[in-house]
Amino acid sequence: MSDRFTAIHMKEQPAEDRRKNFSEVPCGYTEEEAILEANRCLQCKNAPCIEGCPVAIDIRSFIGHLQKREFDKAINKIYEADILPCVTGRVCPQESQCQARCVLDKKGDAVSIGSLERYVADRDLDRRREALKDAPVDVSGKTKVAVIGSGPAGIACAADLNRYGYDVTIFEAFHKAGGVLTYGIPEFRLPKAIVDVEINSLVQTGVKLVPNALTGRSFTIDELMAEDYKAVFVGSGAGLPQFMNIPGENLNNVYSANEFLTRVNLMKAHRYPEYDTPVKHGKNCAVIGGGNVALDVARTAIRLGSEKVYLIYRRSQEEMPARHEEIRHALEEGMELLALTNPVAYHGDESGFLEKIECVKMELGEPDDSGRRRPIVKEGSNFFIEADVCVVSVGSTPNPLIAMTTPLLETTKWGTIKVDDNGMTTMPGVFAGGDIVTGAATVITAMGAGRTAAASMHEYIKKL
Amino acid sequence: MYKIIEKYSLAPQIEFARIKAPMISKKAEPGQFLIVVACEKSERIPLTIADFDREEGSVSIVFQKMGKGTHKIADFKAGESFHAVLGPQGNPTEIEGEKNIVVIGGGIGVAPVYPIARKFHENGVHVTSIIGYRGKDFLFWDDKLAAVSNEMKITTNDGSVGHKGFVTDVLQQMIDNKEPIDRVIAIGPPIMMKAVADVTRPHGIATTVSLNSLMVCGMGMCGACRVTVGGEVKFTCMDGPEFDAHKVDFAELMQRLGMYKDLEKDAHDEYKGDSNE
Ligand SMILES: Cc1cc2nc3c(=O)[nH]c(=O)nc-3n(C[C@H](O)[C@H](O)[C@H](O)COP(=O)(O)OP(=O)(O)OC[C@H]3O[C@@H](n4cnc5c(N)ncnc54)[C@H](O)[C@@H]3O)c2cc1C
Ligand SMILES: Cc1cc2nc3c(=O)[nH]c(=O)nc-3n(C[C@H](O)[C@H](O)[C@H](O)COP(=O)(O)OP(=O)(O)OC[C@H]3O[C@@H](n4cnc5c(N)ncnc54)[C@H](O)[C@@H]3O)c2cc1C
Ligand code: SF4
Ligand code: SF4
Ligand code: FES
Repeated sequence: MSDRFTAIHMKEQPAEDRRKNFSEVPCGYTEEEAILEANRCLQCKNAPCIEGCPVAIDIRSFIGHLQKREFDKAINKIYEADILPCVTGRVCPQESQCQARCVLDKKGDAVSIGSLERYVADRDLDRRREALKDAPVDVSGKTKVAVIGSGPAGIACAADLNRYGYDVTIFEAFHKAGGVLTYGIPEFRLPKAIVDVEINSLVQTGVKLVPNALTGRSFTIDELMAEDYKAVFVGSGAGLPQFMNIPGENLNNVYSANEFLTRVNLMKAHRYPEYDTPVKHGKNCAVIGGGNVALDVARTAIRLGSEKVYLIYRRSQEEMPARHEEIRHALEEGMELLALTNPVAYHGDESGFLEKIECVKMELGEPDDSGRRRPIVKEGSNFFIEADVCVVSVGSTPNPLIAMTTPLLETTKWGTIKVDDNGMTTMPGVFAGGDIVTGAATVITAMGAGRTAAASMHEYIKKL
Repeated sequence: MYKIIEKYSLAPQIEFARIKAPMISKKAEPGQFLIVVACEKSERIPLTIADFDREEGSVSIVFQKMGKGTHKIADFKAGESFHAVLGPQGNPTEIEGEKNIVVIGGGIGVAPVYPIARKFHENGVHVTSIIGYRGKDFLFWDDKLAAVSNEMKITTNDGSVGHKGFVTDVLQQMIDNKEPIDRVIAIGPPIMMKAVADVTRPHGIATTVSLNSLMVCGMGMCGACRVTVGGEVKFTCMDGPEFDAHKVDFAELMQRLGMYKDLEKDAHDEYKGDSNE
């Protein structure tokens, strides 16, 4: 049923069904499907795919084990480099990373590395759930270190520090751990039950988790350092929502993507009134932006019941930074893409609720610094889109609170924290990684940065 | 877990709770607030720190039963625990060398005004408190506030206690009498805070208000709490909650507070099985 150049795709929930639920869209491989797909891999000697992976998973070896049905060996190979394969297998932009380098990509479909990674990792979930029944490991008496933020960077850093033998405490501002994995990426892309296993596994190995602790307000980094923590890792992400500063942006029912997604993913507004937090999705919901975040919002609005969901994006579809699979899924689910369009003002009714969005048409000019063609306004092309809810998803930047309250910490003009090659900041003993250093990026790079920093922290503490 | 040490009603629909929270009490300052999540399915509700006791490791809240969120918090008893309490959030009230200060509390606003008045009083500032209630049955903490004020004026809508009328009447009188006022700090319903701003503006009296915008995160990552101050968009939870009253766009604040009115009523009716308010 398959030839070397045609991928076995995971079965998916039909678009008509999944529009109405929050269950995952791709259903996962069966064992036979996984083996068939694994067998497409040529086991190339130089394995160029590995260079495409930001944490250099030994892709050839793990797929090689899979070809021989050596599932334990396969997962352990992945764990050497990636401690969150259930997550990365689902959300990595594979088509621009590992799979972009696969030799088969030139002649046909690349090996579905992400899907195989997910398969192998999901297979290991039952064993991990079982292991959670053991009592948490006692780490008392060990050297104390602190991790700020429980997103992928913090989780990875804490896990490695725990393995190096430290007494690790994660301080998380929210009442629930996981960072973007918990409050940002929706259930239908990343089931929260998986994130829970990751967090519970950490706690079970002896990592302490302190929720409701906002560094900079609850305490400062200087205070932590004075309090016996030998080193601190800052993985606080890039959670400050950006707005466009156009007229009417504070009208009722104009949301930031962070607010909209937090209401649904963290506070479970889609299950209102069983859960207390409400959210408005509107009859016509417009989403501004073209990245993963914008698409997550659009697909969430569809599931909440908006009749029309528009994605307003200022460049053309080719330039959209979102994962291709996300764009395809959203279009299948009925999202309308209004490319080469940009909002210039919001207009409301007499009680201040959004009624329509004034937009202009754009055209593409010369390439800019990012290599993408610069969008230019077509003068006089103003038109209106009827929308009663709008979600602004045009990016986010680091929250300045930690930098503001830590005098020795230097930041760049973008508000990101400066680090050296080892992940150490300008304050001795304080390390940082993930979105707080790179600006909004990816799960796998944040995870990698957390691990690099953990290794440096270990070296640093040994020399104290 | 955030255990409730003590819990009682102060007045109709107004509740007091003292919560064990050592980490928060260590840092709490007047002017700051908490985010309370009563149980796992509850909303994140912002409530001002009405008092704190660093020795006991506790913080106190005073809140008005409005909708489902605050009713749920009210249903908790001493000995039980809240799911989550985050704080202290927001910026503390600053003393800026004032000699004479007027603090104004309207209704539930009397509670957050109390630790602020106390702080100024402890620092030797002359404190005049003006507090307004609906009527005599709604009085609470007037005694506590009196203990930290040099002068104390009460107003009620029906005249059952003190001056019959509004807090702004008393403030206007003070201004007309040329009493020295370096700054006014007013906390209460937005409409009251706006009225205070309108009274002090022509006289150029510095005026601070604490805004009660809707919030989700309370830590600067959602933007639910955005307000316009002096033409600029600010996040109440991070940049405030206190702002220069003369620069606040109160119309926008009140408009945004109405964003969920329809849903809130449904939720509340469903929770209480009636529609009593
Ligand atoms: C909606 C959405 C969809 C995305 N989709 C994808 C995708 O498909 N694929 C992909 O690879 N990437 C995706 N990303 C990006 C990816 O999620 C992030 O790059 C990654 O989560 C960054 O990890 P982090 O650990 O640096 O930060 P975060 O995940 O942001 O975690 C930071 C944590 O720190 C906490 N925190 C912040 N400040 C403080 C403080 N002062 N004190 C204590 N705690 C604090 C926060 O509450 C949070 O829990 C998406 C992002 C979003 C928002
Ligand atoms: C920084 C800050 C400090 C606060 N401190 C206190 C305090 O010390 N004591 C106290 O009782 N309240 C305080 N509030 C207000 C309190 O958070 C709201 O009353 C509460 O969120 C209402 O929730 P609910 O679910 O009970 O009512 P909802 O169902 O949300 O609303 C019921 C009604 O109240 C209105 N409402 C909703 N939220 C607010 C709000 N934030 N302010 C005014 N009206 C609102 C709605 O429009 C609706 O008509 C504070 C708010 C902020 C932002
Ligand atoms: S972690 Fe991401 S980039 Fe690396 S192999 Fe897995 S899916 Fe590919
Ligand atoms: S490049 Fe493709 S075919 Fe070659 S080893 Fe990697 S996954 Fe297999
Ligand atoms: S409440 Fe979320 S930014 Fe202020």
